[in-house]
Amino acid sequence: MNPVVIPRAHYLNVNYGIKAWLFTTDHKRIALLYLASITLLFFVGGAAAVVMRLELLTPQGDLVQSETYNKLFTMHGVIMVWFFLIPSIPAVLGNFLVPLMIGARDLAFPRLNLLSWYIFALGALFTLTAVVTGGVDTGWTFYTPYSSTYANTHVILTVLGVFITGFSSILTGLNFIVTIHTMRVPGLTWSRLPLFIWAHYATSLIMVLGTPVLAIAIVLVALERVFRIGIFDPALGGDPVLFQHLFWFYSHPAVYIMILPAMGVISELIPCFARKRIFGYNFVAFSSVAIAVLGFFVWGHHMFVSSQSVYASMVFSFMSMLVAIPSAIKVFNWTATLYKGSIAYDTPMLYAFGFIGLFTIGGLTGLFLAALAVDVHVHDTYFVIAHFHYIMVGGAVMGYLGGLHFWWPKITGRMYPEGWGKLAALIIFIGFNLTFFPQFLLGYLGMPRRYHFYPAEFQVLHVMSSAGASILGVGYMIPLVYFIWSLRYGAVAGPNPWGAKGLEWQTSSPPPTDNFAQTPEVKEEAYAYGPQEVHVV
Amino acid sequence: MPMVLRRCTLSERPAALAPHFDDIAQQSEASHLGMWVFLLTEIMFFGGMFTGYAVYRSVYAVAFAEGSHHLDLVLGSINTVVLISSSLTMVLAVHAAQVGQRQLLVGFLLLTMLLGLVFLGLKTVEYTHKFADHLVPGSGFLYAGPHARQVQLFFSFYFGMTGMHALHMIIGIGLLTVLVWLAWRNRFSPMYYTPIEIVGLYWHFVDIVWIFLFPLLYLIGRH
Amino acid sequence: MAQHIVSRQIYYRVFVTLLALTLLTIGIAFIDLGGYLNTIVAMTIAVGKALLVMLFFMHVRDSSRLTWVFVGVGFFWLALLLSLTMSDYLTRSWVAVTAW
Repeated sequence: MNPVVIPRAHYLNVNYGIKAWLFTTDHKRIALLYLASITLLFFVGGAAAVVMRLELLTPQGDLVQSETYNKLFTMHGVIMVWFFLIPSIPAVLGNFLVPLMIGARDLAFPRLNLLSWYIFALGALFTLTAVVTGGVDTGWTFYTPYSSTYANTHVILTVLGVFITGFSSILTGLNFIVTIHTMRVPGLTWSRLPLFIWAHYATSLIMVLGTPVLAIAIVLVALERVFRIGIFDPALGGDPVLFQHLFWFYSHPAVYIMILPAMGVISELIPCFARKRIFGYNFVAFSSVAIAVLGFFVWGHHMFVSSQSVYASMVFSFMSMLVAIPSAIKVFNWTATLYKGSIAYDTPMLYAFGFIGLFTIGGLTGLFLAALAVDVHVHDTYFVIAHFHYIMVGGAVMGYLGGLHFWWPKITGRMYPEGWGKLAALIIFIGFNLTFFPQFLLGYLGMPRRYHFYPAEFQVLHVMSSAGASILGVGYMIPLVYFIWSLRYGAVAGPNPWGAKGLEWQTSSPPPTDNFAQTPEVKEEAYAYGPQEVHVV
Repeated sequence: MPMVLRRCTLSERPAALAPHFDDIAQQSEASHLGMWVFLLTEIMFFGGMFTGYAVYRSVYAVAFAEGSHHLDLVLGSINTVVLISSSLTMVLAVHAAQVGQRQLLVGFLLLTMLLGLVFLGLKTVEYTHKFADHLVPGSGFLYAGPHARQVQLFFSFYFGMTGMHALHMIIGIGLLTVLVWLAWRNRFSPMYYTPIEIVGLYWHFVDIVWIFLFPLLYLIGRH
Repeated sequence: MAQHIVSRQIYYRVFVTLLALTLLTIGIAFIDLGGYLNTIVAMTIAVGKALLVMLFFMHVRDSSRLTWVFVGVGFFWLALLLSLTMSDYLTRSWVAVTAW
């Protein structure tokens, strides 16, 4: 029997030194560069949230001034959306796993991959500079004409940071699309691809098609600020709503950039921990692409009260109902996969369960918002905030954490401590719900978003929410500690500690630089778990 | 229409093959697809500006026609012919690479660059005239006719879109410079000329953007 | 690797056609066709020129189906952005409120 040992040579120890990391073209090392950067940025964005939730403990605006509060929620949104959520799963797990899962030695364009990270870091630097030199107060949505004409905060610096980082997103998406099309090993047909790959393919389509429009939108804001040309200024003949069209054309599909990869992770976790082939593989695969496509048809649902034409709004409302369907199909299929499965409750699976429940709540409340008549009342209230945090945090972040735990042994060769993992997952789940469920109630009762003072009758719910936020914060700290601990003291994992299917588990943990000693060949369908296992040659 | 098929036979890994690819065919396929995906992003990038243009032209039709009349139709037309010619020389450069004619390859690449520079030169002349006529949007904008604000909007789009287009041309000329140098150093052959093809794709795309910009900016309401 | 080498004759013919279409679009601009027809004709000619450049100069005619799909996706997405955005502006006046 082979004792489980760390392999002698792998991608982490093949060479050492700062240059070996800053000039690497190994997709696995680049994934870790991203991991470090986005973790740092997550805590910066989280710090802004901490101050906000502290302020909201009392009805008076007494902790910070209004202008400061505006800067806090803006920086929280900008950093969490563009510098944490959008890169998170694709740039960390996607970069690490896409070549491994298809049997390739690297992505199609390794140097472009490194350039992506440098661009990301540069954009982050611009934005962090804006933070420390006084911040920006327009909201992460940069609505005109405030951002283009009236704001006197660091708008240009911030939008430049976002503009630059957008290219990082575009290049990553381009790399994934080309890699998945051209570098699959023999036998790995599209219908045998892991659903993680389908999800990242769909995500990459959105990155490539949507991000350029955001780029133009924010370039125009910058030009308007500098040259006062009047493109968004009503006083000069412009229409501020045009900005919203261009902004949301990207930013709605962007939310699918944030959730699709997490769905891809869940599609990997559920079959493994239920020891069962996924139910309805084709439906789940095509749903990913359907979400990516339909997601581009709905952006006007952010603009129902903006003076957008009622007839256009009706079309957008209808399309928004449609886009919920593929998401629902996925939830049904994951649930059906569990039926008569042999379920293990390891930490990744706990996050998967959390995802399914919380994403469902987030998704359903999205349907409420898609209904024109309801949205008129809850637009710009805490209802919207609760909705998207259920999806972004209850969904995407849980997917990210579940994936991080699942593939941690592959990435590092070490297991995290399972007991602490379960505890953290539980604390996060409880903290999350205590933070954000009251916000549904607050919003429905009329509490507006982006306000730091409020009527006294809302205080109880706000206190519950802030209490939940402190628990959630503790929950996030725990994995940070034990992941770092596990690098030195964690149990050695071996190539496949979970007994999972998938090419990435057929190489050592950590993998060698070239990923595989010999190019693998695929002879069976994806998720060939359990007694239904069928060998197709 | 004769078409010639060439088959390349390679036994060992050629120098131009990157280590993470299995063979030259896979690398070439990846490079081509990569450039097409990049052009997809460029369609959407320019598309955002075309959308803004469409919105304002539909609302301010008269002012946009007025603004269009102040553009130099002669220079714009010459530039259109110049760009189309540069697309021809670009594709002839690819052809020269395919049949292994190095000097023709370098010559056509240089010609493409030259035509690109002519385009940029004429554009500079146009911009200079606009500056002299106080038609550059911003604090220096002065327009005597009616709808001054809306005409300024037209010129914002004129400068924004042609400026963005010119920036892409400059990048293209930079890429061509690299290709000329590599071609001169004999790095291409009928077996390997992928970089020339994909820079060609980029160049043709920039030409196509101008094919749409020209009528939309220069030919409004000329009757 | 097999590669179709297109004869230069085709390139020259496409070039001449492009020049002719350019002259046509300039000439027609001076004729009042009424209503939106001038714009429609100008855009049709532009699309025709773009197709010629794509099919022949960019070799899309000899390219794989995958390339065709990506080219199609690009134009479809551009059309999506344009049409849905314009659907707002073109239908705002359908409701009896002051526009803008």
